[in-house]
Amino acid sequence: MAALCEAFTLCGLGPSGAVGLGAGVLALEPGPDSDHVLLTDRGRTATLFKVSDQKPLGCWSVKHGQMITCPVVCNFETHEYIAVHDDKVLRIWKDEDVNLDKVFKATLSADVYRIHSLPHGEPLVLFKGGGVRTLDVLLEAPQQEIENFISDEVIKWSEAFLEGQEPILIFATEKDGDYFIYLQKFKLNILQKYKLEQQESSNPLSFTAYIKNQIITLLCLYSNDSIYKVLIPLQQHSEEEEQILSKSLLLKLSVSGSVLKGTSFAVLDKDHVAVLGSLTAFGEESKECLTIWNTKFQTLQTSKELPLGTSGQLWCYGEKFFFTHGKVLTVNLYKCETSSLAAAVGKLKDSQTSDASFLNWNTLNDEELVVSLQSQQSVTLKSESKMTLRSKRSSVAKAPSDTLTVGQLLLDIKDSSSAAVEEELKQLLSKAQMPDVQATIGCVITALINRCKTDPMFYPQNFLIQLVQKGELSYSLCPDLMAVALEKKDMHLLQICLQRFPDIPEEITYACLKLFLSISDDCLERTDVNLDSVLCYIDIESNNKEVKTEIVENGFNTELEEDSCDTTFTKETLLKNDVEFCPVGPQRAALLNAVLHSAYSETFLLPHLKDLPAQQAVLFLRYLHYLYVKSSEKINTTLPGVLSPTINQIMDWMCLLLDAHFTVMVMLPEAKGLLSNLHKFVRAQVRFYSELNKIEGSLQELQRLKRQKDSQAYSIEVLELI
Amino acid sequence: VGCEDGSVQLFHVVPGGVQYERSLERQQGRVLCLAWHPSGARIATGSVDHLRVLDIASGRAVQRIMVNYHSPKGKTPECVVWSVAFLASGAVASADSFGRLQFWDWDTGTLLESHAVGASAALSLAVSEEEDSIVVGTSAGATYQFQLLPVKMGSQEKRWVRTKPFQYHTHDVRAVAHSPTALISGGLDGQLVIRPLMERVQKKGYEAALRKFTFPHRRLVSCARKARLLLFQFSQHLELWRLGSTNESGKDGEVLPVCRVPEHLVQLKSKGPEHIYCSCVSPCGGWIAYSTASRFHLYRVHYEGDGVSIEKVPNVPKLPLPAYQLQCSADSSSLFVASDEGSVHVLQLLEPGGCKHLHTLRPPSGTPEAVYLLAPSADGNWLAAASGDWEIHVYSLKRFKHHCVVPMYSCAVTALAIHPVTNNLVIAYADQQLFEFSIPEKQYTAWSRTVQNDGLHKAWLERDSPITHIAFNPKNPSHILLHDVYMFCVLDKSLPLPDDSASLMNQSALKQLPATARKRQLHAFKICKKFQPLLFADLLDENCLVMVERPIMDIKTQLPPAIQQKKFGT
Repeated sequence: MAALCEAFTLCGLGPSGAVGLGAGVLALEPGPDSDHVLLTDRGRTATLFKVSDQKPLGCWSVKHGQMITCPVVCNFETHEYIAVHDDKVLRIWKDEDVNLDKVFKATLSADVYRIHSLPHGEPLVLFKGGGVRTLDVLLEAPQQEIENFISDEVIKWSEAFLEGQEPILIFATEKDGDYFIYLQKFKLNILQKYKLEQQESSNPLSFTAYIKNQIITLLCLYSNDSIYKVLIPLQQHSEEEEQILSKSLLLKLSVSGSVLKGTSFAVLDKDHVAVLGSLTAFGEESKECLTIWNTKFQTLQTSKELPLGTSGQLWCYGEKFFFTHGKVLTVNLYKCETSSLAAAVGKLKDSQTSDASFLNWNTLNDEELVVSLQSQQSVTLKSESKMTLRSKRSSVAKAPSDTLTVGQLLLDIKDSSSAAVEEELKQLLSKAQMPDVQATIGCVITALINRCKTDPMFYPQNFLIQLVQKGELSYSLCPDLMAVALEKKDMHLLQICLQRFPDIPEEITYACLKLFLSISDDCLERTDVNLDSVLCYIDIESNNKEVKTEIVENGFNTELEEDSCDTTFTKETLLKNDVEFCPVGPQRAALLNAVLHSAYSETFLLPHLKDLPAQQAVLFLRYLHYLYVKSSEKINTTLPGVLSPTINQIMDWMCLLLDAHFTVMVMLPEAKGLLSNLHKFVRAQVRFYSELNKIEGSLQELQRLKRQKDSQAYSIEVLELI
Repeated sequence: VGCEDGSVQLFHVVPGGVQYERSLERQQGRVLCLAWHPSGARIATGSVDHLRVLDIASGRAVQRIMVNYHSPKGKTPECVVWSVAFLASGAVASADSFGRLQFWDWDTGTLLESHAVGASAALSLAVSEEEDSIVVGTSAGATYQFQLLPVKMGSQEKRWVRTKPFQYHTHDVRAVAHSPTALISGGLDGQLVIRPLMERVQKKGYEAALRKFTFPHRRLVSCARKARLLLFQFSQHLELWRLGSTNESGKDGEVLPVCRVPEHLVQLKSKGPEHIYCSCVSPCGGWIAYSTASRFHLYRVHYEGDGVSIEKVPNVPKLPLPAYQLQCSADSSSLFVASDEGSVHVLQLLEPGGCKHLHTLRPPSGTPEAVYLLAPSADGNWLAAASGDWEIHVYSLKRFKHHCVVPMYSCAVTALAIHPVTNNLVIAYADQQLFEFSIPEKQYTAWSRTVQNDGLHKAWLERDSPITHIAFNPKNPSHILLHDVYMFCVLDKSLPLPDDSASLMNQSALKQLPATARKRQLHAFKICKKFQPLLFADLLDENCLVMVERPIMDIKTQLPPAIQQKKFGT
C-alpha cells in the first residue's frame, strides 16, 4: 500500500521568499548527497537545500542580465555543480565557490537543452539540435561543432540512464503534433529514432521513463486523462527509418465519476505512479491534488488536496515528493510498499492488532523497550520515523553492525556472497520487534527468491523456513516462493507453506500434491519433514515396509455385510483386518496431510486434479481411505495430534478425487478392490449411524443416569494426568 | 454516617482509624443513603419519601424534597429513596423504590428530569468521574446505563438518556460502581460482574472482556495434610471434616467405593454478628484459628479414638487486629498472623494448649499496606509475605530477620508457596504470570527466566480467574500444583513449555494416543477441567489430591426467591 505521510515546507517561492523572485521553479535536481536537492529557478539563482533540515546550504546566482537556461546539476563523481546560462555559457563550480563570475566558464557553439548527471558516469550534455556530448569531450574543445539532427522539432523531455556501464539518453521531440522518441546509445554511438503512435484528439503532456531488463519503459501522460505505456527494447538494431512505437493503456485517471486532469507524474515502483493534477468531479469545481495510483489494481490509493494551487510540476527523489503549493515549495514524504491483493482487501492478518502485551524482559534494555512500545502503538506512519530514531540511538551505544536496515539487506541479497547474506538474515531474525514484520519479510523473501532464480547455487532453505514461520505471510505476498520450492523439491518448506498460507492457488496445491505423490521413497527418507500430524496415528515401527499394504485389501470379509444388526459389533474386527497399515510412509503422509489442510475451491481444483496420473490417484485414494477408516475408529471421528486432517477434509478430498478420476477408477483393475472396500465401509458406516439414531433415546437415558450418580457430595475418583 | 434515627454523623478519617467530629441536625425518618457534593460543602440524604440536602458549615437542612409528590397514581404512598448521588452541577440524582431515577435541583427543590428505570425498585446508582454517565441497579437483577447526551448532534443542550440495559444478575443488584472503562455491579446472587464499556476500551485485552466473579479470590478452605482434615470457612461458622478413604484402586475415570465415609467432626460457631475473615487448621489437625474484624480465636482439638474434643486456648496474646491471613508452620509449632502495616506476628503454639507471642516481622522500609498472603517453608526456615502494595518480603524464621525482597512486579500477587525441597518461592500474579524465585540465592531461577523468555501459552494468559493456591508434590520436586476456579494444573518443570501452536488443554488428546506417540506431544501444563467450579485443591501426598467443588446450583437454591417476572406463556 502506498501512503502519503507528513508534508513540510522547504522554502518560500514568493518575492519575499528566499529564492525565485516569483518567477517559479525551473527544475529540481538531486544534490551531491541523498538528502540534498538543487533548485534552479526561472531567473538567475540556484540553491542547494538539505531537505531534512529544511534549510539552504548554498546559493549561487549569475549576473544581472544573464539567465540560467538549463537546470543546475551536480556531477556526483567530482561534487561539482554545472550550469548553463544564456543557452551557451557553461559554468562549473564547487561548494566553496561564492561568485559565479569567477568560476570556470566555457562558451559553447550551440544552445544546450539540458545536462544529465548520472551516478557513476560523466555528465551528458544534450543540445537543442539533438546533439549529445559527454562533458569531458565537450570541455576538451568547447567550440567544437555540434550537429543538428532535428531541424524543426522541439525537444519536450529528456532522460538519461545507465545500463550496465553504458549511458543511454532518451528524449522526446514534437513537430506539428507528431511526437518522436530518440534513443542515443553512447558505446555504439547510435541514435535511433522512433515515432510515437498517434492518439486521436489528445497529445502527451508529460513523460517519464525507467529501465529494467534491457527494456526502457516509457510512460506518457496524455491529455485524455490516461497514462500509456510504451516499451522500447534496447537491443533492436534495425536500419529502418522511423519505427512506430505502439502504446498500451496503463491507467485511466478516473475514479467514480471524477476525472483527474494530470499535469505531471512520477513512477514510484512497478505498481505505483503519482500524478499531480486537478480532480474534476461532475458539476463541481476542480481541485488540485496529489494522487497515488496503483496500476496493478487500477485504483486510486491515496490523494491529498492542494487548495492553494500548484505550478503543475512534480519531482520525486528518495521517497519524497517535491512540488510548489501556493507560494512555497512543499516536500511530502510517502511510503510505497509491495502491495498484494490480500493486503488490499484485508485478508492478511494484522500483526499489530494482536498486540502481544508480553515483553521479553531479558533481551530488551529499557530504552528499547519504551521505543518499541511506542512504535507498536503508533500504528503505521509514525513507526517508521521512530524506528530510524531508534537505530540512530543504538548505533551510538552499540556496535554499528546492529543498524542493518532492511533496505540495505535487500541490496545485499542481490549480490553479496551467500555467507554474508546468511549473516545478515540471522541478524534480522534475531530482532525482537519490528514494525510491519509482514511487509518486511515479504520483501526479504521476494529478494531471496529473485536471487535463487538467477543464482542456482544460492538456496538458503533454513532461513526461508524461519522467515515463513516468523511472519503471518500469505501466498500473494511472495508468489514465487512456492514455485521455487517446487523446483528445488524442498518438501519441508512446501509443507510449512501449505500449512501457513491462507491463499494458495489451486494450481500450486495440485503441483505440490503431484510432487508429494510422485517423489521417490529414497528422496523422502532423506528429507526433514515435520511428522507431528501423523505421529499420533501411524505407528512408524510397524510401517516401515510399504510393500505390505498391497495385500491388505484381500482381508475383507464380505459375509458381514449381510446381517446389518451385527455390523456395529463386528466393526472393530473388520477394521483390523482391513486397513491396518498406512499405504504411504510417514513422511509422505505428513506431506499429504499438509495438502489436505490447505484451502481450495472445488471448481478450480477439479480440472487440475484430472491431470493426476492414475497410479498416483489410486495411491492417494488409498491413503484417504486409510485416514477415513482411522478417524472412524474413534467415537468423535477425529484423528489425534496437531494439524491432522479432519473427517470433513478427508471426505471432501475423497469425493473430489473420485469425481476427477471416475472413469479411470472404474477401468483400472487395481482400483476395483479398493473402490468396493470403500463402498462397503461407507455403507457400514451409514448403517451404523442409522442404528445409533434408533437407540438415541436409550443412550440419553443412560447419560441421565450417569449424571445423577455424579452429583454425590463426596466421591473418590481415579484421575490420570499424562 | 447516616443513622436509623435520622441523624447524620461526621467522622474524621485519621491514620489508623476514624474520629468522631460532630453530628448534623437530626431529621425525621431513617437515613437510608447519603452522598457528598464534590465540593464537600453539602450532603444529600435519602430516606422514606424524602430527600434532604444538609449544609456542612451550619449543620442544618437547607432543602427538603418530597419524592413521592409525583408518584404514579394508585401506588402505595411510601417511596423509599435507596440511593442518591450529588453531581457537581448541583443536581441530586435519586434512585427509589418506584423504580425511578430522578434528578432534582437542590437549590430550588424542583424536579429536573425523571426516568422510569423499570417496574421494580432501583436500588443503587453510581456516577462516572466525568459525571456524563450513571449506572443504576434494580431489584430485578438488571443494570442500566444512563448517559448525558446532546439533544441534537452538536447541540449544547444535554439530557440524560437511558442507553444500555444489562441483565447479568438474577437477584437484587445491591451495589454498583462506575470505573472509567467499565460498569461494576454486585448482586444478592453472590456475583460480581465487570461489564466493560466497549466505547471506552481501546484495545482487545483483559479489560475488554466481561468478567463474572462468584468466589472471593481468597482461601476459604484449609487443609491439614497429615491428618487429612479439611476446615471450611463460612461467614459465621467453621466446619472441620475428616476425609473418607477407600482401599481399592482402579483405572482412569473410575469412581471407587468409599469404605470410610467422610466425617463431620466439629462445627464452630463464631459469636457476635461479625463475619469470619480468615481461618486455618494446623497440618497436624491439632489447632484451629480464626479471626473476625475485632477478635482472634485459637482452639486446641484433641482426637481420642473416634471422639473429638475441642477447647479454647485461654489468654491468647493481644494482637493488633484485624488479621488478614492465618497460617500454621509445617511442624504445627507456630502460627503466623498477617496484619496491618506489613507486619507478621509469629505466635508459638505450646503443648498442651497454650500460646505466646514470639516476634513481629516487619519490612525494613515499612509500608502502610496489610499483608494478605503468607507462605512458610517446610523446613521452618523461611516465611514469605505478600502485602497490598504487591511487594513480597522473605523473612528468616531462624533469626527473625528480613532476608530479602522479591523484585517488584507491577501486578497483584494471587498465590504464593515455598517449595519443600528447593526452597524456591513460586509466585502467581493476577495477570497469570508465574515466577519462581530462589530464596537462598535471592534471584529468579533459571526455569523462571526461561518461562519469561519463551512466554507462557496464549490460552494460559487469557484465562479468566487467578491462581488462588499453589502446592507441591513431595515425591516429585518438578511438579507444581496450581488451581483457579475452572481448572487445576500440574505444572511439570521437566517438560518443555508449550508454544502457541500447540494445544494447551491436551490431556484428552493425549489419552487417545498410543504410548509411543505421546512423548512428542507432552508439555509442561497438565490441565484438568473436570471439576468446576473449584473452590480449593491440594495435594495430600504423592498420589492423592483433594478437590473442593462448590456448585453454583447449591448457592442458588439457598438464595431467597427472585422477583417473579411474568413471562409470556408461563
